[in-house]
Amino acid sequence: LLRSSQPLTGHNRRRCPEDEKLLGTILDEGERGFIIDTRSAQAAKQARMSGGGTEPKSSYPQWRRLHRALERGRPLQESFIRLVEACSDPSPSMDRWLARLESSRWLSHVKAALSTACLAAQCLDREDSKVLVHGAEGTDTTLLVTALAQLILDPSCRSLRGFQELLEREWIQAGHPFQLRCARSASSHGRGKQEAPLFLLFLDCVWQLSRQFPFSLEFGEELLLVLFDNAYASSYGTFLCNNERERSLCKVKESTHSLWAWLEQPEERQKYLNPLYLHNPLVIWPSVEPQSIQLWQGLFLRWIRPSQHLDEAWGEIQRLVKGN
Amino acid sequence: VENVRLLDRLSSRRAVVGTLYLTATHVIFVENGSETRKETWVLHSQISSIEKQATTATGCPLLIRCKNFQVIQLVIPQERDCHDVYISLIRLARPVKYEELYCFSFNPKLDKEEREQGWKLVDLNEEYNRMGVPNNYWQISDVNRDYGVCDSYPTEVYVPKSATAHIIVGSSKFRSRRRFPALSYYCKGNNASICRSSQPLSGFSARCLEDEQMLQAIRKANPGSDFIYVVDTRPKLNAMANRAAGKGYENEDNYSNIKFQFIGIENIHVMRNSLQKMLEVCELKSPSMSDFLWGLENSGWLKHIKAIMDAGIFIAKAVAEEGVSVLVHCSDGWDRTAQVCSVASLLLDPYYRTMKGFMVLIEKDWVSFGHKFNHRYGNLDGDPKEISPVIDQFIECVWQLMEQFPCAFEFNERFLIHIQHHIYSCQFGNFLCNSQKERRELKIKERTYSLWAHLWKNRADYLNPLYRSDHSQSQGTLHPQIAPCNFLYKFWSGMYNRFEKGLHPRQSVTDYLMAVKEETQQLEEELEVLQERLANLQKSQSGNNKVKSKQQDRSKQFGLYTSNNSLANTPQEYSNDLKSFPSRSPSQGDEDSALILTQDNLKSSDPDLSANSDQESGVEDLSCRSPSGGGCLPSEDSGKDSDEAVFLAG
Repeated sequence: LLRSSQPLTGHNRRRCPEDEKLLGTILDEGERGFIIDTRSAQAAKQARMSGGGTEPKSSYPQWRRLHRALERGRPLQESFIRLVEACSDPSPSMDRWLARLESSRWLSHVKAALSTACLAAQCLDREDSKVLVHGAEGTDTTLLVTALAQLILDPSCRSLRGFQELLEREWIQAGHPFQLRCARSASSHGRGKQEAPLFLLFLDCVWQLSRQFPFSLEFGEELLLVLFDNAYASSYGTFLCNNERERSLCKVKESTHSLWAWLEQPEERQKYLNPLYLHNPLVIWPSVEPQSIQLWQGLFLRWIRPSQHLDEAWGEIQRLVKGN
Repeated sequence: VENVRLLDRLSSRRAVVGTLYLTATHVIFVENGSETRKETWVLHSQISSIEKQATTATGCPLLIRCKNFQVIQLVIPQERDCHDVYISLIRLARPVKYEELYCFSFNPKLDKEEREQGWKLVDLNEEYNRMGVPNNYWQISDVNRDYGVCDSYPTEVYVPKSATAHIIVGSSKFRSRRRFPALSYYCKGNNASICRSSQPLSGFSARCLEDEQMLQAIRKANPGSDFIYVVDTRPKLNAMANRAAGKGYENEDNYSNIKFQFIGIENIHVMRNSLQKMLEVCELKSPSMSDFLWGLENSGWLKHIKAIMDAGIFIAKAVAEEGVSVLVHCSDGWDRTAQVCSVASLLLDPYYRTMKGFMVLIEKDWVSFGHKFNHRYGNLDGDPKEISPVIDQFIECVWQLMEQFPCAFEFNERFLIHIQHHIYSCQFGNFLCNSQKERRELKIKERTYSLWAHLWKNRADYLNPLYRSDHSQSQGTLHPQIAPCNFLYKFWSGMYNRFEKGLHPRQSVTDYLMAVKEETQQLEEELEVLQERLANLQKSQSGNNKVKSKQQDRSKQFGLYTSNNSLANTPQEYSNDLKSFPSRSPSQGDEDSALILTQDNLKSSDPDLSANSDQESGVEDLSCRSPSGGGCLPSEDSGKDSDEAVFLAG
């Protein structure tokens, strides 16, 4: 599984022999690979006008390009805001609630993200093909897809340690611009152009996986909520800045504490473990039917609906599994 | 019929070939494969509709839709055979006499005494005693002993002490179908009660002294309150329309000390349409999230579920918090009234959240009070406009509550699903006919078996591992939130997509936790035994002996759970682009492939029935369902009994 950003083909249809060679060496003689472009075919084509573009078939003959449009940027932020507003609407009408849920399109984005990740995973696992994922910048939807695909495919990413490493690798070091994306969240009136909840979308997809495979993730919902909180506001330096370079310039490692270190502490670690975890060496293929994708109540209704009864249920599960 | 193909609902590539059998009670499909020879059994009673589709090159397709939401698509090679099967199924699925039903031939190999014991498992007299009646305020009345007063009521009803036979009879004449106010639930703690009836025949201005006295008697039976609520579960418009037909609702001016309240729950026709629309959404091929949510909203289904729940909450609050008695009615007092009374009872009394208590609740508020099982669920061929998912809605309310209060119910989701299954299956005699009177006439108890005994025998499968009788959730009244509660209602895919295994979490937490619980128990018992032995040994010897303690490898015990992950192993078809590769390994779970719908039968628009009362059958076009591929998956309770003799229909 590879990731990158878009090729700078431009409207002149520039070619780059080094890039072609690089992608060529990845594949064996006669082998075929897939490029999953997280933009629609039209958007990808239009990107040429601003210097970007796609890999033309003639220059990259062994690669087959698939387009899966994933929402990002301002529209994704709008979707998030609309959902949060729908959740805080005290209106008691069921029709209105369902209408607002649908028009927010948040769950559609979850479905699309999971489907694309599953597609990538399928290429790797079922077709034995290599996959290159990119969007425009390679810092948003690209990471969403590669990180989710690894969770689906690789059981070691589903352990607590492995998941942390996945986040470190596929989000933080890969350069997801946390500082720009997670500045204000849903309620703020400030309209940061770069604000977009990609990381939250990722966490939501992970939650969907945990719901469909309750035994297969070593961590629980609590961890996902902690990560969500810390991406926006944190006592730790882990999610600061936009990339490794900035973190180095700001001397983050020298002047702050790491979230992972805190989570490693035994008392903390306990809280985030899933009592139902049983190591599952297989690939987990989620259902992306609409009935299988649910609203993440633990996050979106966190402050609205008392969780007492569900917490008690979790307490009971823990009690049962730990054998009194 | 041989060489029949059974299609997977979503993938025509995944057809299996086998032989189709029709017996007097079942349709059976047996796969040809040498090792598996998998069998699919469908009870005729479960068949809701059969559709013969246009013959294609591969054969003649037949689509069977079941009342438990299973959808089966067969392709029969010869058109003539297909036609024969179609005609036969039509006849078999629409029995004319009760004797044709499965329960009269079902033989679980129990002797006469066991059969009797099975019927005695749920005893309503015991239940009323448990509630605390008869007492100073409530008495049992046998005025209906020969069903002379009301033929849809039981022979024994509980009424207020001050309600004489004269008052009861007089009141019954003033109530639709003679269903006079009777006790449904009595709250020992504060003497408040829930009573139920049908609508009064008040028209615009009619009055009845005895009926007014009846309501007063109910009020007097609760000295803690000087008024009662009268709850009409219909929308106001419906109730008012009924006045024109000489029926209607209670006028606060005529009945002293009542507070009247409408809680608008729609009628059976609206509910039937609502379910149909929702099932259409379920049959969509590769729906987008928007398609699904829009379809769900458009069906109105969750809105209706919430309406029933809200009504139950209102009544439970009135009884528990205000200490005020409530009289509930709708039109005939056998549909919405039953739903609302049983939801309220469930909220109020933790007993009904136990397995036994739930069976009792259904016996009391549905079976004994004359809910029209035959008409509503089509035991026999009848008027399609009487069909309506009334008890299904109640069962879903219970499921929604279980999702909000996971520790509060002794039983689990499977219990609810199996009960729903058997309401339609007619394998047991509990849900036959329309009233106690009819059931007695048919001698149901002597000729069939009780579902409750069957479920009780298998109760280990139905337990909720999170239930503890001493837990705070299982005590006292449940308080679901009303106001911002909409988004807590979920789509019940476990019921409406029951047979699509790929949709559900592949790993059952309930089963795992039950196994853990059992194992913990066993280990604890073993520990006790070992401790005893140790104590004995220490007593008899000087302590030089070492006692080896046994360690169990827990993870090995649950090895079987990890092996179930093979189900987790099959991807849906996430992309049409990969179709050119021979990518799919034959295994379960592929349900998302793009099978194009052959046709979309346009649905005729339903006339708005909201203003009609329940009485009027009215003209209504039943929507055609859009055809789709039928999938066949093993039903958990396919009704197959291995000991049973299978005889082929002549």
